Amino acid sequence: MDAGLALSTVIAAMLGGAIRVTTPFLFVALGEMLTERSGRINLGLEGTLVLGAMTAYAFSYGTGSPWIGVLAAGCFGFLMGTLHATICRLPGVNDIAVGIALMLFGTGVAFFFGKPYIQPTAPRLPSISLGAWTGDPRFEQALQINPLFLIGIALAIFLAWALKNTRMGLVLRVTGDSEAAARALGHPVMLIRLLATAVGGFFAGVGGAFLSLYYPGSWNEGLSSGQGLMAVALVIFARWDPIRCLYAALLFGAAGALGPALQSIGVTQGYYFFNAAPYILTLFLMIGSAGSKKALRDAPGELSLTR
Amino acid sequence: MTGERRAIGLEAVKMRKVFGGLVALDDVSLKVPAGTFHALLGENGAGKSTLVKCIMGFYKPDGGQVLVDGRQSAIANPREAAEAGIGMVYQHFTLVPSLTGAENLVVSRPRGRQIIDWKAEHAALEEFLARMPFRAPLDKPVHMLSAGEKQKLEILKQLFLDQRFIILDEPTSVLTPDEADEVLGLLRGMTKRGDVTVLMITHKFREVQAFADDLTVLRKGGYAGAGKVAETPVDAMAKMMIGDTQIRERAARVAQKDAPVTLDIAGVCADADDGRVAIDGINLKIHAGEIVGIAGVSGNGQSALVEVLSGQRPMREGQLTIKGSDFIPSRQSMAKYKVFGLPEEPLKNAAVPNMTVAENIAFRTFDQPPIATLGWWLSAGPMRKRAQELIARYRVKTPSADAPIAALSGGNVQRAVLARELSGEVDVLIVANPCFGLDFASVEEIRAQIMDQRNRGAAVLLVSEDLDEILSLSDRVAVMSEGKIAYVEEIAKTDRATIGHHMAGHGH
Repeated sequence: MDAGLALSTVIAAMLGGAIRVTTPFLFVALGEMLTERSGRINLGLEGTLVLGAMTAYAFSYGTGSPWIGVLAAGCFGFLMGTLHATICRLPGVNDIAVGIALMLFGTGVAFFFGKPYIQPTAPRLPSISLGAWTGDPRFEQALQINPLFLIGIALAIFLAWALKNTRMGLVLRVTGDSEAAARALGHPVMLIRLLATAVGGFFAGVGGAFLSLYYPGSWNEGLSSGQGLMAVALVIFARWDPIRCLYAALLFGAAGALGPALQSIGVTQGYYFFNAAPYILTLFLMIGSAGSKKALRDAPGELSLTR
Repeated sequence: MTGERRAIGLEAVKMRKVFGGLVALDDVSLKVPAGTFHALLGENGAGKSTLVKCIMGFYKPDGGQVLVDGRQSAIANPREAAEAGIGMVYQHFTLVPSLTGAENLVVSRPRGRQIIDWKAEHAALEEFLARMPFRAPLDKPVHMLSAGEKQKLEILKQLFLDQRFIILDEPTSVLTPDEADEVLGLLRGMTKRGDVTVLMITHKFREVQAFADDLTVLRKGGYAGAGKVAETPVDAMAKMMIGDTQIRERAARVAQKDAPVTLDIAGVCADADDGRVAIDGINLKIHAGEIVGIAGVSGNGQSALVEVLSGQRPMREGQLTIKGSDFIPSRQSMAKYKVFGLPEEPLKNAAVPNMTVAENIAFRTFDQPPIATLGWWLSAGPMRKRAQELIARYRVKTPSADAPIAALSGGNVQRAVLARELSGEVDVLIVANPCFGLDFASVEEIRAQIMDQRNRGAAVLLVSEDLDEILSLSDRVAVMSEGKIAYVEEIAKTDRATIGHHMAGHGH
């Protein structure tokens, strides 16, 4: 295989991979961003993601409609978020500890109820073909786009707009930045955080639905490989901005696609190493952004991370 | 929200508030007629905040009533206070740092459309500002504004919300004297025109005399007096505030001649937590037997300087020298060069709240005999004995030496820290806002101790936001502005106005 062809194959595979792998990152990151902008961290989104994947698969199998599965995943995510926020409002409770507990709870529940769904095949989400114009089958395949990806992009743009131009967006930012100010203005701080965490959970659940209903597209216990946790790192890297969350998710997605892409042109050396690219990227981004004092400046003031 | 609404009057009658067994407010009455500027005076803990919080609906009073424009009003929470036209500017700003001025104003409105039409909002805000006697920048995030701009924005916010009775809680503590005079002068103008009524909590007699019409004084939760400012001399105000508490006499300043330089701060630079420059090339020499006061609006690098000197913040550049030898702030060298300190908020910065008074007092000496054997075996007996001596000598009021230090009052925590830091020989003393939040008796006690150390030959660096404290204690004054020393002069050759101009950063 000549070098030019190999390169374009890798690029096509990485592009396709990025688009496929990005979606769950994007949804979880947007959910986490929303929660953190209200002044709370929800580390439990990993559990929500897995639970979302399981419920989406189960409902899709049960009803025959993958979209009902997506909705069900979102609703279970909403419930998980509500649970997190409800526990966190008790006095003296640490949101990070609750998050870890709920992460284990979510995956545990998903594995327990998900056992019967490992074998059967559920209807999967359709995809939209956007690559016909390229005339190149590799790019055509890469540009098979899932509607959820487009919804995710629209959601990121909508959230960026809403945080600046709606009253709710401003109130959310007030709550996340200064609890005292929010109280002085008479806003119900706990209720706002509850809603932000619950809606954040909804997004993460939808992200999970993508995992089981589109890519990889089946339900098993090894489905999520820590995307929910990596999304937390991604939010810090994106400095709590929805549009930057989108870019960061694409970057993580591309890193995740590196291993399979290289495999597609026959580079098998260091396959596991390249598969670990997103984790390595997370590590370096964490080191980089922890050292960046600029990131700290953009952090919501009420976050237990920054206090 | 046009200027149709006029100033409103307010009267509080026999307000009473009990916390647990403690009577925080004992049948206090206050009358503020519409269009007047009223000062509420009192020491820390006199009940001023409790009174206004009862008026604002933060606390539910146990007795008494509030009359707004002569009508009895039940105000159950701050929102109802706002609806009645009563607004409050807090000592700690309630603006949201990451939001712009415009966003802060718009979000503070109790009702509004869900989707904000920024074009229309900006036009409305411009129109509103045009009617106001002063402006503040609206398009920058609030954390980029100066303290004076923030304070103006806080007041603008109340006016934007159409509040016509404005309560100010120590509004000038974060302002330069010039900014304070400007803001209070503008408010005074608005009360004269009958636009607003102002109730200002303060302990600065100068501001009361310059701007207020009437005053009410509280003492220990009770009513101590009231009157017209024009008919009340400062002595009478002070007497109402303090009552007949005994105040310790301060030792006279002993003249020191040609004393050698003890502490030499040369070209010191350091960064703030967020990476911005906190202090930038500080040069200062402090002689033995001299108090150098550092004036400045808080947030201009004073606390970073104190942190560098006490080893809490790394120094990026520069050198510290004590009596000619290099000084790197560490526990060992502090003991060697006899460097001691009274940081601000001692419970947070100089004590471990849950450890006992005796342990806290032993922080400097616990690893030396007689408390320690071989440097690691600690004996509680000698520790407690020494603590008891110091507790008696410095009149620390504590149930016992074994009580956690967090259980003590602010003044007594400061006395315990003072006992630890000043009981030995002191060559260098670094003091930051030592009297913040303390009552008169403690303030005088602590200032007297600082003066004693100076007279015994210590080099004292006094950082304070209270210009009166600097003027009364220092031999020389230095002004810090934006991380630099903007001005240094002997106290006899300068005055409040000159220092104030340099604090505002336009001294040249």
